[in-house]
Amino acid sequence: MAIRRGRGVAAINYPTGMNLGGDPTQALVHSTPTGNFMVTLSSVDLGQGMKQIMAQICAETIGVPTDRVIIDTADTDTGPHCMGTFASRGTHRAGNAVIQAAKEARQVMLEVAAEELEVNASDLETDGEGNIKVKGAPQKSISIFDVALSAHFKRGRSISGRGMFLIPRSYPEKETGAMKPSTCYAHACTVAEVEVDDETGEVTVLAVKNVFEIGRALNPKMVEQQLVGGSWMGISHALYETTEPYYPNRDHGGTDFNQYLMPGPGDLAKTEIIVLERPSADGPFGAKGPGEMCANPQIPAVANAVFDAVGVRIDTLPITPERILRALRAQAAS
Amino acid sequence: MELRKDYFADVRKDGLHEIGQPRPRLDSPGHVTGKTAYFADRNFPGMLHLKMVRSPHHHARIRSIDTSEAEKHPGVVRVLTARDVPHNVYTILILIQVGPEDETVLADGKVRWKGEAVVAVLAETERAAQEAAAKVKVDYEVLPAVFDMEGALKPGAPLVNEYHGQNYYHYDSGECRKVRFGDVEAGFARADHILEQSYQSSPIEHAPTETTGCVVTPEGNDRFTCYTNTQAMFFTLDNASIILQMPGSKLHFVGGTVGGGFGGKVDVIVEPIAILSAKLTGRPVSFIYSREEEMQISSPRAAEKVVIKDGVMKDGRIVARKVTGYTDAGAYSRHSPYGAQKGAAHYPGPYTIPNVWIDTYCVYTNRTPSSAMRGFGVTIGDFALEVQMDKLARLIGMDPLEFRFINAYRDGDMKAHRQRTEGAALIECMQEASRAANWPVAEKYMAMSSYRKGA
Repeated sequence: MAIRRGRGVAAINYPTGMNLGGDPTQALVHSTPTGNFMVTLSSVDLGQGMKQIMAQICAETIGVPTDRVIIDTADTDTGPHCMGTFASRGTHRAGNAVIQAAKEARQVMLEVAAEELEVNASDLETDGEGNIKVKGAPQKSISIFDVALSAHFKRGRSISGRGMFLIPRSYPEKETGAMKPSTCYAHACTVAEVEVDDETGEVTVLAVKNVFEIGRALNPKMVEQQLVGGSWMGISHALYETTEPYYPNRDHGGTDFNQYLMPGPGDLAKTEIIVLERPSADGPFGAKGPGEMCANPQIPAVANAVFDAVGVRIDTLPITPERILRALRAQAAS
Repeated sequence: MELRKDYFADVRKDGLHEIGQPRPRLDSPGHVTGKTAYFADRNFPGMLHLKMVRSPHHHARIRSIDTSEAEKHPGVVRVLTARDVPHNVYTILILIQVGPEDETVLADGKVRWKGEAVVAVLAETERAAQEAAAKVKVDYEVLPAVFDMEGALKPGAPLVNEYHGQNYYHYDSGECRKVRFGDVEAGFARADHILEQSYQSSPIEHAPTETTGCVVTPEGNDRFTCYTNTQAMFFTLDNASIILQMPGSKLHFVGGTVGGGFGGKVDVIVEPIAILSAKLTGRPVSFIYSREEEMQISSPRAAEKVVIKDGVMKDGRIVARKVTGYTDAGAYSRHSPYGAQKGAAHYPGPYTIPNVWIDTYCVYTNRTPSSAMRGFGVTIGDFALEVQMDKLARLIGMDPLEFRFINAYRDGDMKAHRQRTEGAALIECMQEASRAANWPVAEKYMAMSSYRKGA
């Protein structure tokens, strides 16, 4: 009886969005007299940080700091339509709608600034810090706050914009299955290292090295938060979780976190995340949707690592100590 | 985390002001100091609490329901059964014309899974609602049930759901969603090796910190405000409008920050019955799942079975792949027909294979309906595909990582569902993994690129 080591690899891709159902999202952007910009949506922030990302996308497009953007979302009386937050679509779909709305608002903002500065709007640029300047003559400038005041009280303009992103629905062809299920794909390759105790069947994941290609890391810290969390969830899925431990038998289903197994802090592997960025043609600043993908490659990588360690294949999830021991016993018997 | 900017630097514009910057989240101070408001933080005067009477049987006919004792229980305000629900038989994907309507808000004449909602009890306190629910008497005639997908697909199996008429979802393409590309049998005929393997998963729970729920208030002007943690505001509103036969203009949905979704909050379960309760009582209503309900009543990820048959050459090329996927939907459709279809679009994985045959089935059994969960239609498929890739590599005596390079898709390659590959990056991910994990591969693989001239 011994502790045996193994490693396994898996490589995957993942589609962004749900073209097979039709995929619209809208956004509205307007300035207030404070010089802040409101983004109005009906998308839902599930805790992943969608509001923050929409603020950064709007800020980049208009040319203001992110803390000048306020997100008002998830209210069906005030927000324009969104299909919802699922299918790795939130950042991609809502982000595109916000860009379109913000571009329209930016144009009005530049027109008002042009009137104030008595230049052409096309000669103006934003400095990203809250000012609009004449290209090549930065001393000639006006703050966005003053532009907002002028628009509201003097010029009678609404600094606002409308954004819409719609992927038309794709209907699969009946006989061949020809279809367009998605717009772009994120990618991943994971290497997992495990130890398997061949006496108890217990698996310890020592390390996972995850390489993710996600189009564009719009906020690298938030990307890290999502990818690390996803990686843990993948390991949990591989080794621990099920509501029906003896599926298809309905018995022994867990009803709380004492009975429903998930890894605790002591069970978490050393997790390495490497991010590559190949911008997608239609993503906001090239972003793809890695939200679902990042929890997938660990599962087969761990399964392959278990085989590498002890020479038995567990082709049924989750890969429990019981299943490993039964397989080892069957292997010894044959 | 490490950002490897050297890859794809030629197609990316860096140096933006806000994008690419690791800005601190504006909402995190509220989260970590407990100040972020969630739907359940709303507490209205006179608010009622809803508890469900649930089926103890996997499959049974309901002979009778007696709510008289429950109605007399102190604190009980109203007890609802199927006949109180205006449009009781529904299905959520009817919004995108994926029918038939096959599920009841409250069971009517039959239950099809253990835990199915039968009677709703509204009381002044959670405790009174719970106690009264225990006093509802339902007389059941237990029926034979089927739990495994193979059994459900056999002739003579108990029929799980009469609205479908058979134990699988009927697509416009027939009993399964199909993808046909090249000639898979010809591919097998010329392959050096054939490997057919079967993979199985079990249902899993989304395990959000915040359980599913909503709080509804009548606004006094015939409108109802529903504070909810749904992942999809208008999708839920529109379905509620159908179930309640109430114009959408009467409904106001308010979301906010949700304590974790993972796909578990895109079924429309709590909102319609809570709005109906608020309408019939004229009082605010709270319906929030217990942890036990979240784990055993709310939809899990479907169990799936995936059978993969591959034809592979000694030099490492996969020349034919046939995949048969089965999704265990449980008793009702919810999002499962979509998930099975998404699987058909995902196979044969990120590899270029000239001959492909895909069949994906959505199967009904007498268990908790499964539905959307992070990656559904793809996650279990990837488990099966990538374990299969490992087995194939070992079968022909090749390094598992090098074997994947040989088959990896690249820009311009035609996929089985007849879309040209664009923006591929699998090769680069594997190259970086090779370096990071110190898993060396031959130089020719490190020199490969997803780009293809003229693609």
